[in-house]
Amino acid sequence: MSSRVEVVAMDKSVKKSSWPHRKRQIAAILRLEVRKNFTGKRSVLMYLLALLPVLIMAALVSVHYDDIRTNFSEASLIFANLYEGMILRTVIFFGCAWIFMNLFRGEVVDRSLHYYFLSPVRREVLVAGKYISGLITSLILFVTMTALAVFFIYLPLGYSGAMNQLLNGPGMNQVLIYLGTTVLACVGYGAVFLVIGLFFRNPVIPAIILYGWEFINFLLPPVLKKLSVIHYLHSLTPVPIPEGPFAIVTEPTSAWLTVPGLILVTAIVLVLASLRIRRMEIKYGSE
Amino acid sequence: MNEASSQMIVFEDVSKFYGEILGVNRVNLSIAHGITSLVGPNGAGKTTLMNLMTGLLRPTRGQISILGISPGEPEELFRSVGYCSQFDSFPRGVTGREFINMFLSVHGMAKDEADELTMKALERVNLVAAAEKKVAAYSKGMRQRVRLAQAVAHNPSVLILDEPLNGLDPMARAETIRLFRQLADEGLHLVISSHILHEVDMMSDSVVLLNNGYVVAEGDVRDVRDEMEEHPMQVLVRCDHPTTLAARVFEQDLVVEARIHEDRGGLFIKTRDADKFYLLLNEVVAEGSVQIESVTPVDDDLSAVYRYLIGSETEGSRV
Repeated sequence: MSSRVEVVAMDKSVKKSSWPHRKRQIAAILRLEVRKNFTGKRSVLMYLLALLPVLIMAALVSVHYDDIRTNFSEASLIFANLYEGMILRTVIFFGCAWIFMNLFRGEVVDRSLHYYFLSPVRREVLVAGKYISGLITSLILFVTMTALAVFFIYLPLGYSGAMNQLLNGPGMNQVLIYLGTTVLACVGYGAVFLVIGLFFRNPVIPAIILYGWEFINFLLPPVLKKLSVIHYLHSLTPVPIPEGPFAIVTEPTSAWLTVPGLILVTAIVLVLASLRIRRMEIKYGSE
Repeated sequence: MNEASSQMIVFEDVSKFYGEILGVNRVNLSIAHGITSLVGPNGAGKTTLMNLMTGLLRPTRGQISILGISPGEPEELFRSVGYCSQFDSFPRGVTGREFINMFLSVHGMAKDEADELTMKALERVNLVAAAEKKVAAYSKGMRQRVRLAQAVAHNPSVLILDEPLNGLDPMARAETIRLFRQLADEGLHLVISSHILHEVDMMSDSVVLLNNGYVVAEGDVRDVRDEMEEHPMQVLVRCDHPTTLAARVFEQDLVVEARIHEDRGGLFIKTRDADKFYLLLNEVVAEGSVQIESVTPVDDDLSAVYRYLIGSETEGSRV
């Protein structure tokens, strides 16, 4: 009787953990999660959020079509305000909150997280898989949104005017920086919200507190400013925008520090998430 | 970890507290292969034990090992363990086939292998016809079966099943019990919780009785019953002269109570030593004074053990 058990155990030990094996596991998690992120009921809010700035941009352009064509530098400043005030601080912030907090919290609410916990996957691998899936989802959505918003601001210039602005003016540089800032925002906010979703039963409250913190960032003293994601993202934006008469002005952090800094903070936050999930128990009843 | 414990499920002084509330306390168990049933009323600690075994919960104190593997090592553990939990919930929008297949792919299996195992698992629980239906449209019994299929799909060596017969119709129950027996005969460890005592009695190789977070008894049901000296064994002897038999058995100290059956065609006897009592019966038969038709132990089953150790069976049936 026991010999059969031994044979089974030996057979299974052959499939030792290896990097290709873990890659297959992460790929499987990605397939499941990306599909869920895009097709689940929860995705509706995400689509609406992403559509909002595109619609506003389209409306703005249709109303001020000629003004944009004649005074593109003014239009660039308006876009910069819209990008930072709406796209970055609101849409990407809440979009990432929705996507990343639901990666774990949503499964706890649906009572389906235990299926992952009962699979032969290291929990750290699960964190990595889920985070990457959230990142893919948010990047597809918000990079497309940013690109569409940029498309609308360039629309009144026509093909040749737009190409001229992009290739001979500062256009291409600005567009790439906007897209890159969107990518970094998803990377940074994504990690923060994933951790919030793991640590808090009701992650909405910490998300709102974080929103408040990010919102009043321009009023904070320099040391505290640096304890926020928006400070670094704001430093990257290509068209400087005034922050108002009450803003405490600080030296913007250079891109050489901002990008690796944000990635480092993301890595630290993900390590924190991995430590948390290792000790996580499934007690749906008390959630 | 010695070789014997690498073939067993071992709990060493395991306690689990939910804040100040006791889940289980000081559990010491060694579970061998075959079917082991966890029996006890609501809140006895059955699901807590199963969740501890599978790492869904972490013990407050003590150590657990499943075939020598700690529940804290999911990557290794769940190649050998399948758990059909009581959570009647599923990922949204999946069909039965997708549900099994998706988690096999998370194992890191290639598509072909996962597809093949998925179909085998569905066949095992007779769900092939409903494989492409959304799980949300399944009946309770079908949901139970698809969770069972998911737990067995990767051919584990240890199967942990929390109330696996819940919601199944009688035919499906019988088939499922047959499947459990077959898996146990193949050398698997099956740990099952159930509140249907006669089914537990029928299929289990051993039982673990739990009450209020403590293990009250464990082992083979008959062995447990034999050790309960404060509850004399009851035997119904069908015979032609119950009064004569009553007089004869009272000559010996080993019978503590005898009561004539309502139809006057038999005698209920309570004895502290069943083996000696059966020898006495042989003597009575040899003497020829009484014709004995049948001898039936009345309370050496799980229901009786449960009743004596834990409380009423009615209470147990709410487990």
